[in-house]
Amino acid sequence: MTAIPKQGQKKLGLVIDLDTCVGCHACAVNCKEWNTSGHFAPLTDFDAYQEHPQGVWLNRVHSYEAGTGPDSRTVHFPRSCLHCEQPACVTVCPTGASYKRAEDGIVLVNTEICIGCKLCAWACPYGAREFDEDQGVMKKCTLCIDRIYNENIPEAERVPACVSTCPASARHFGDLGDPDSAVSQLVAERGGFDLMPELGYKPVNKYLPPRRRPKAPEHVEAAPEPTGNGVLRWIDRVLSR
Amino acid sequence: MNPAFSVVLLTTASGAGYGMLFWLGVLSAAGVMPVDRWFGIPAVLIALALATIGLLASTLHLGRPERAWRAISQWRTSWLAREGMVSLFTYLPSLGFAAAWGIAGPQSIAAIVLGLLAALCGMLTVFCQAMIYASLKPVRQWHSRIVPPNLLLLSLASGAACLAAMATFWLLRPGRIAAGISLVLCLCAIAAKLSYWRSIDRAPPVATIESATGLGTIGPVRELEAPHTEENYLLRDMGFHVGRKHGDRLRGIALGLGFIIPAILLIIGMIVGNPVAMVLFPIAAATALLGVYVERWLFFAQATHTVTLYYGRTT
Repeated sequence: MTAIPKQGQKKLGLVIDLDTCVGCHACAVNCKEWNTSGHFAPLTDFDAYQEHPQGVWLNRVHSYEAGTGPDSRTVHFPRSCLHCEQPACVTVCPTGASYKRAEDGIVLVNTEICIGCKLCAWACPYGAREFDEDQGVMKKCTLCIDRIYNENIPEAERVPACVSTCPASARHFGDLGDPDSAVSQLVAERGGFDLMPELGYKPVNKYLPPRRRPKAPEHVEAAPEPTGNGVLRWIDRVLSR
Repeated sequence: MNPAFSVVLLTTASGAGYGMLFWLGVLSAAGVMPVDRWFGIPAVLIALALATIGLLASTLHLGRPERAWRAISQWRTSWLAREGMVSLFTYLPSLGFAAAWGIAGPQSIAAIVLGLLAALCGMLTVFCQAMIYASLKPVRQWHSRIVPPNLLLLSLASGAACLAAMATFWLLRPGRIAAGISLVLCLCAIAAKLSYWRSIDRAPPVATIESATGLGTIGPVRELEAPHTEENYLLRDMGFHVGRKHGDRLRGIALGLGFIIPAILLIIGMIVGNPVAMVLFPIAAATALLGVYVERWLFFAQATHTVTLYYGRTT
């Protein structure tokens, strides 16, 4: 059913730290690597080794420049499905292929019944869904549903591929429905925010803002060069310490 | 948004078909259509054929057309499912209307009831189609209260022109009545389109790159580097946007072909009468369809999606 089921307490999601993300694209690459043989396999590529390679990716890393002048900064910005609490991508689906799980809030697509009408991609303000033109169905982030509940892999590895691979620990996975969870604490502590809150989709995933940096010192006049011979300059340096 | 041929043709052709069906049902119930069964049956079938061309074209847009039958199950939440369901249901009263007309004539109770029911279902289908677009928040040019009345108006105007083109071959008077209705609706459509275009040109963006990234607290945000060097599905399907310069010219073409030229041809045909009307009314209907096609192409091409904010564009 594409009606949103009554949600449980659990809201699994990601917290992405824009302060520490270094823009290495490892999360996007590992996402592609895992998911091209995972739940939504394959993530089709076209002309992969030609001049204009294209394909389905569930995670994309943008880079922005924010602010002006000496306070401006470069921010790397990974973008993937936010597993919204009000996912219009689910309610617009005419077939019931797009659904939100009641038990953990993960938004998924049943590719066995998806007709490829692409309306869900239009309904998503964040560009989280990418159409697989080879398979004729829609693909999206599964929050690595085939890792996080996978009892065949060590417990420490039961996190989404993007989280496990991040070299800067900029990605955190957990239950955002539990106010005491590590991710919820992190969001509270660092002032985590929603993307495009004005659209009312209520994303579960949160982003942590870049930390404020101390202001760059104002331009300081260089001390006048001491004059005199070498010995006097040495005494001056010692006394100036 | 990418004005794919299949989706643009869907609303253009089925809009005209359901518009024609509406006027056929209403005007025959009012007793002003030719009573000939060889007018009524083909007229219903032509209206249904136009609608069917549109519906079949839309399946070309699907990644998995063979699964299209699944698209009617989620009518509780999805306007697309509702459209599918109502459009399929519309065939029942429409075919019943044609049968009742053939057997008992257009003034029989059965024909009147089924004709009016078909008219209502047809308009409901067009309304559902419009709501598919009007319910999409990320596309501000579509997420508007004036989109459904606009699509209904254009459907009724082009449908009346089609009916006039056909009816005048049987009797001038019914042709004149349908032409008069189409004329009035064409004039309304000019005003409606101008006000729609003015409203989308003036409306503020639904979101900004600052709110999309949440980095507005630092200051203005600029794109530094895109995530990928080549196009992707998002940019192909939702990044399509026609420039202002061509947009203005195409708006003129849409108004001219869709409403102004048909209005002039309809006026001349109504005044001069047959056989001139037999030539002018069909030309007016064909021009109107072409104009509505351009209008619907622009409806897509001038619509912007919030995902493009992430790629440094404005919406």
